[in-house]
Amino acid sequence: MPEPVLSVRHLKVGFPTRRGTLTAVDGVSFDIAAGEVLGVVGESGAGKSLTGAAIIGLIEPPGRILGGEIYLGGQRIDTLTAEAMRKVRGRRIGTVFQDPLTSLNPLYPIGDQIVETIRTHTPLSRAAARKRAVALLRETGVQGAEERLDGYPHEFSGGMRQRVVLALALCAEPELLIADEPTTALDVSIQAQIIALLKRLAKERGTAVLIITHDMGVIAEMADRVSVMYSGRIVEIGPVREVVLSPRHPYTRGLMGSIPPLAARVPRLTQIPGAMPRLDAIPAGCAFHPRCPQAFDRCRVERPERLAVAPSCEAACWLYAVPRVAPAEVGA
Amino acid sequence: MLAFAIRRLIEALLVMLAVALLAFVLFRYVGDPVSQMAGQDTSLEDRIRLRQELGLDDPVFVQFARFIANAVRLDFGISYQMKQPVLALLAERFPATIELALAAALLAVALGIPMGVYTGINRDSWLSKVFLTLSLIGVSLPTFLIGIILIYVFSVWLHLLPSFGRGEVVSVGAWHTGLLTASGLKALILPAITLGLFQMTLVTRLVRAEMLEVLRTDYIKFARARGLSNRAVHFGHALKNTLVPVITVIGLQLGAIIAFAIITETVFQWPGMGLMFIQAVQFADIPVMSAYLLLVAFLFVAINLIVDLVYVRIDPRIRILGRGQ
Repeated sequence: MPEPVLSVRHLKVGFPTRRGTLTAVDGVSFDIAAGEVLGVVGESGAGKSLTGAAIIGLIEPPGRILGGEIYLGGQRIDTLTAEAMRKVRGRRIGTVFQDPLTSLNPLYPIGDQIVETIRTHTPLSRAAARKRAVALLRETGVQGAEERLDGYPHEFSGGMRQRVVLALALCAEPELLIADEPTTALDVSIQAQIIALLKRLAKERGTAVLIITHDMGVIAEMADRVSVMYSGRIVEIGPVREVVLSPRHPYTRGLMGSIPPLAARVPRLTQIPGAMPRLDAIPAGCAFHPRCPQAFDRCRVERPERLAVAPSCEAACWLYAVPRVAPAEVGA
Repeated sequence: MLAFAIRRLIEALLVMLAVALLAFVLFRYVGDPVSQMAGQDTSLEDRIRLRQELGLDDPVFVQFARFIANAVRLDFGISYQMKQPVLALLAERFPATIELALAAALLAVALGIPMGVYTGINRDSWLSKVFLTLSLIGVSLPTFLIGIILIYVFSVWLHLLPSFGRGEVVSVGAWHTGLLTASGLKALILPAITLGLFQMTLVTRLVRAEMLEVLRTDYIKFARARGLSNRAVHFGHALKNTLVPVITVIGLQLGAIIAFAIITETVFQWPGMGLMFIQAVQFADIPVMSAYLLLVAFLFVAINLIVDLVYVRIDPRIRILGRGQ
């Protein structure tokens, strides 16, 4: 198996406070191969965005990485200096944020912003960078790219702006693209277009993609594998088909049950009782146990490790510990 | 852009008209000019003739129209106190006030913006805390007190700088400037600091607040995620966005500096318009007061207009608004 583009090991992110450190991302591990799309789903506050921010080294202070390792193309990047990390951002990791309406600086024409980014990461001249910008905009589907280069962000619609943002994220041909809720702020009709575009661009370039969303539809459409996060931990990870069609973890099952099916009329959607715990009140053992319909004694005391439940599928749940006494080794 | 400028211009004219009405009212109702001009032995016929000659028996709106026509031709009448045309008096004093105000504004902007940017970016450094403490003092101390302290330290105690006056003045055409002589420049330092200190702290605090606000925005986060250097993020992307509201405030403050140079000019006996205005108030010299009122209003309106136009140049979004309406 070739070396993964991104490899995250036991990542732990937290916020020091007066009453001790709050851990928001706790022991998260995953790999993404070249050309692969990994989706991260979960409720707000599950630690999805923070995981993305940790990878690009832009956690808002006072938050910081408390432990674990992050490798990009085999090179450890979480220990790089600020300046070295800056060169990784944009050059090797492209990023797309949620709101295209506010991602662009309103006072500069979009062309200037693209040229600036290209020239930060490549030795291209201004004219060459401009040509490249036009090519990128064409590729991301901005009509009349040449003329629109001098347009200001407010002259573009939301969908068009997200295409510009995508062009900006891809302008240095990064190995990894992190898309944090890339379609949440868009119209439903535009969402599908952006997803299709993102998918095509990543496939063409062999870019590894980490897509963060709370929308299972986006995951189903776009991702190869999916990792479900709950309370700062990955509770289930595996191929999208496997996880969507036969979810193993009770939380994932609840999540799937809460999506209204198109084919059949259901009188009432499944609901997970309760709410995700606050960061300062994460229960001992499995963080999900107070809401879990199948919780038993062990769940309340011992934190479940990720266990292999199917080929390349893992769930962090004691239901799948083969002998229900000792925890099995973590699946590879 | 043109429509926007024209609309603003019309608004400015309306404001000036309103101020002119106030100045006119001041003129007409603070006393009867005829009884001030006529002696005790002037006959009733003479008084009526004088009243007719001055046009005081015309309807009020005719008088107001005449007042405006005169003001447009810069004819503000004769000062009661100095017995000279008000325009000549103002013209003589105008350069002193403008030079003082511009020096103060330059000081405020040249020091205030860098300090604001620094404290915005390096929120927790000790130097930021020093700047902020200083700016707190600058905001809270009244102007006259700052002036007196500066005079005490630099004139009385250290004998470094003059405590009053404008120093030697050179005429460049009709403009009397103190900027070309050593004594003129020395005399400018203390009044400019006195007048500019409050504005500087205001600019520092405003730039800092705006900078903190802008640094939290998504496009700054995205600029960082694109791997731009800190310099490009702070000075290319953040500073320009910070300046949009700052320019408005600085523009308005420039008007305020000119209008409220009165205190500083009084403390330092600076021969500017503010000092003249204070003297005019003491002597109930209405033509001078009303001309000063009109002039200050004009400066405010003109600066506002310029600020609006500069604003449009910096922020492309306003161009659309201007076109839309």
